[in-house]
Amino acid sequence: MVEAILFMLGLGAASGAILSAASKVFYVYEDPRIAEVENCLAGANCGGCGYAGCSAAAVAVVAGEAPPSVCIVAGAESAANVAAVMGMEAGAAEPLRSYNLCRGGERADDKYQYMGINSCRALSMLYGGKRECEIGCLGMGDCVKACQFDAIALGEDGFPVIDELKCVGCGACAEACPKNILEVKKMSDKLLHFNQQDDRIAPCTQTCPAQIDIPKYIEQIRKGDYEGAVNTIRERNPLLLACGRVCPHPCEDYCRRGIEDEAVSINQLKRFVADYEMNSGKRLPISCAPDTGKKVAIVGAGPAGLSCAFFLRRLGHSVTIFEMMPKLGGMIRYGIPEYRLPKEVLQWEIDGILKLGVDAHTNVKLGRDFELGSLVAAGYDAVFMGIGAWKDYDLGVEGENLNGCYTGINFLTRFAKKQQGDAPLEEAIPIGDKCVVIGGGNTAIDCVRTLVRLGAKEVSIVYRRTRNEMPANMVEIEAAEHEGIKFHFLAAPTKVIGDENGHVKQLEYLKMELGEPDASGRRRPVPIAGSETLMDIDMLITAIGQGPDTAFVKDGKRLDDLKITKWSTIDALNPETLQTNIPYVFAAGDAYTGASLVVEAIGGGRRAARSIHLYLTGQEVTAPPKSLYKEHIPESIFESVEGITPKARTPMPELPVEERIQSFVESDLVITEEDAIYEANRCLNCCRTCYDKDVA
Amino acid sequence: MGDYIVLAISCIFVNNILLGQFLGNCPFLGTSKKMETAVGMAMAVVFVLVMAGVITWILNTYFLVPFGIEYLRTIGFILVIAALVQFVEMFLKKSIPALYAGLGIFLPLITTNCAVMGVCLINVNEEYTFIQALVTSFSYAVGFGLALILFAGVRERILLARVPKPLQDTSIGLVTAGMLALVFYAFKGMV
Ligand SMILES: Cc1cc2nc3c(=O)[nH]c(=O)nc-3n(C[C@H](O)[C@H](O)[C@H](O)COP(=O)(O)OP(=O)(O)OC[C@H]3O[C@@H](n4cnc5c(N)ncnc54)[C@H](O)[C@@H]3O)c2cc1C
Ligand code: SF4
Repeated sequence: MVEAILFMLGLGAASGAILSAASKVFYVYEDPRIAEVENCLAGANCGGCGYAGCSAAAVAVVAGEAPPSVCIVAGAESAANVAAVMGMEAGAAEPLRSYNLCRGGERADDKYQYMGINSCRALSMLYGGKRECEIGCLGMGDCVKACQFDAIALGEDGFPVIDELKCVGCGACAEACPKNILEVKKMSDKLLHFNQQDDRIAPCTQTCPAQIDIPKYIEQIRKGDYEGAVNTIRERNPLLLACGRVCPHPCEDYCRRGIEDEAVSINQLKRFVADYEMNSGKRLPISCAPDTGKKVAIVGAGPAGLSCAFFLRRLGHSVTIFEMMPKLGGMIRYGIPEYRLPKEVLQWEIDGILKLGVDAHTNVKLGRDFELGSLVAAGYDAVFMGIGAWKDYDLGVEGENLNGCYTGINFLTRFAKKQQGDAPLEEAIPIGDKCVVIGGGNTAIDCVRTLVRLGAKEVSIVYRRTRNEMPANMVEIEAAEHEGIKFHFLAAPTKVIGDENGHVKQLEYLKMELGEPDASGRRRPVPIAGSETLMDIDMLITAIGQGPDTAFVKDGKRLDDLKITKWSTIDALNPETLQTNIPYVFAAGDAYTGASLVVEAIGGGRRAARSIHLYLTGQEVTAPPKSLYKEHIPESIFESVEGITPKARTPMPELPVEERIQSFVESDLVITEEDAIYEANRCLNCCRTCYDKDVA
Repeated sequence: MGDYIVLAISCIFVNNILLGQFLGNCPFLGTSKKMETAVGMAMAVVFVLVMAGVITWILNTYFLVPFGIEYLRTIGFILVIAALVQFVEMFLKKSIPALYAGLGIFLPLITTNCAVMGVCLINVNEEYTFIQALVTSFSYAVGFGLALILFAGVRERILLARVPKPLQDTSIGLVTAGMLALVFYAFKGMV
């Protein structure tokens, strides 16, 4: 017994002594923070972070090789704790999420019955994996089995559906999938993806300047998933209420159904879901990446600026808007009149963007209240110029400055300011009886329709070319016709004649005829000699186009070498990066393209957001690889489509003419839910379904 | 020399510590889901088992037997192995950081591994000489690694197979281990 006690004591003492000696001899200095950091991690030793266990991850954090958010299991709180230990701010690393990238595929060569083991890997090894398409999902659910977090399930269609809340982005599914359909990506990769030559994208999506995944949201509408549809659109276009109302929908021109039947009414569907969200009384949540600590200044809060702000904010950058007008929105607030886009609707949409944490200063103008130098001094890392095209072109004829003569943008913005109560002291513009608007674009049409609503007795448009060449949206032209506007085509104003008080009295114009097509493909009007005609008028608005006001360039410091084109637009080095010759200045929207469309500005805003993100994260600012920019995949544009039974397109509901010309209430209405589902069913779901017409 | 080879074969295949003696089942099931971890674990076991085999043999031969206190074997071995693992960890961290980086997270797991303990006890029970004890310890560890790596390979594939719900995960793991054990049974007549 005594030996036993002695022995155990001796053994214990010896071990203890050796160990304590060893801990001195083999002492390795270890940063005490390593242990602290390790305590904050999840302790799962799962290796999902890419390091061999939690202690290795802690070492990497302390060494500055890994961000505080390294642990993929423990979440934001742990990141904050780690950051506290390290004395820095959490953030920087964006969470990875798994995404199902399958969008359907091509028609397969064979269809076969598969009887083997239920594993995608086995199936793809045996048959190369052609179920019904070449690239598509094999549907055996290897990813589901590989996911340790129960975040993937096979959805109704047999494709994996990812539960974003459960997904930690460990990448096990992507590793298990033999067809590379699942991929773990950062939010920025997803938000900043641009159409690629090898993407499977429908003709409409290829055409959309904002690159919205159109058939996807139409399918979501068909299934009644309106919220999903809103999210799909918002991934590419944060101004869906506005676009749903005013977009001339270039996508519909390329709609495949349109080859054999009338095109799908894509934009009305967008408006339907956008209104659905607004009327539902709650906003769908929008996720933002952790703060990066980078600051971006957005000059001009039109669609381009708002879109750029939205995407940059979602990528975690801090964004401040500087706007010269009293309210945000740009041309879609001060140009497009109330009856087309009610200010209340617009405000709801803009509020949603500001709620993400975007700051805005109004009534401050670049070149007057601040300049590029002050932004740099205030610590902004990059500047986005979305100043639009606000300067009316002059007609260049005698007498255009007489009393009673106005220019389009000036007239519309003055009126809009008055109407919104932005400028209560300013005098209202007196409206004449016989009003003439010169021009054929949206501005001209908006002027005449506004004049009608303001009680002008006779309103006409004078345009150099014919109705076919008018650049305004077709629905707008038709609406103007219904509202009793007179059109004088092939008429070029040559002189404005005033009365003895200097007020406009008559307009002299030359009649024209159409000649050879010009560079834009439109037939050039040529004057008929000696055809001068006089027209009695008492108010004249010239709306023959507008360009950016880049006067600030000359007197600003730092900006004086910003490259401006001969059309006075801001020049970019590459249309796909939108970076200007000053590396931290980016431009998009009308300021870059010249007067264009809202969707174009939105797409440009996102494109610029991508470049700014690259710039801020220290990457090279280059165009997206393999990008499909303003072109179509030739094989996807068909001459004819088989097997289409024509189904009438849903007409746009609008207020009766007599009612709508009395006031500024919205004249175009939203389609009913029933019509929306009917219309969604007209979509052919191009480039999404895997089908084999001979077998099925 | 021939004897040692026979001894080694018997330890690696015939009396495989995992599949013949069913010792060390927790790491066998716990670290066999991924090939990478299985390899790391196998290396760590080789390392620790050889050391533990040697130390415990010395402890037994020069302390326990002379003083006639063999009944303290189990508790003594536990203490020694635990201290040894700690010691090795510290030593590696200072002297061979590269090896430590590879084995680091597995070393503490082995402190309480019954395969290690089992081998030490077998060495003593069979009254092996020092060299024999060294060879058996090493061979048992290699057998452990072999079985673990084989098993991890099988399990990686099972992960992708269709397994009935009630049998998933550990259950199918145990069934598979049983079958593997049957396979190893085929070595029985060899030595
Ligand atoms: C009357 C009219 C009708 C239209 N109708 C349609 C239509 O139906 N469908 C369609 O798709 N498109 C239409 N458009 C075109 C569309 O409105 C524009 O293409 C779009 O608004 C361009 O967006 P943007 O952000 O580039 O510029 P803008 O919307 O013009 O915004 C520029 C912003 O920058 C601000 N800004 C300018 N200079 C400065 C400065 N120096 N400092 C600070 N801020 C500054 C402006 O106040 C403005 O808020 C219409 C345009 C007009 C004028
Ligand atoms: S049918 Fe549908 S998917 Fe095809 S082009 Fe038209 S809207 Fe796009």
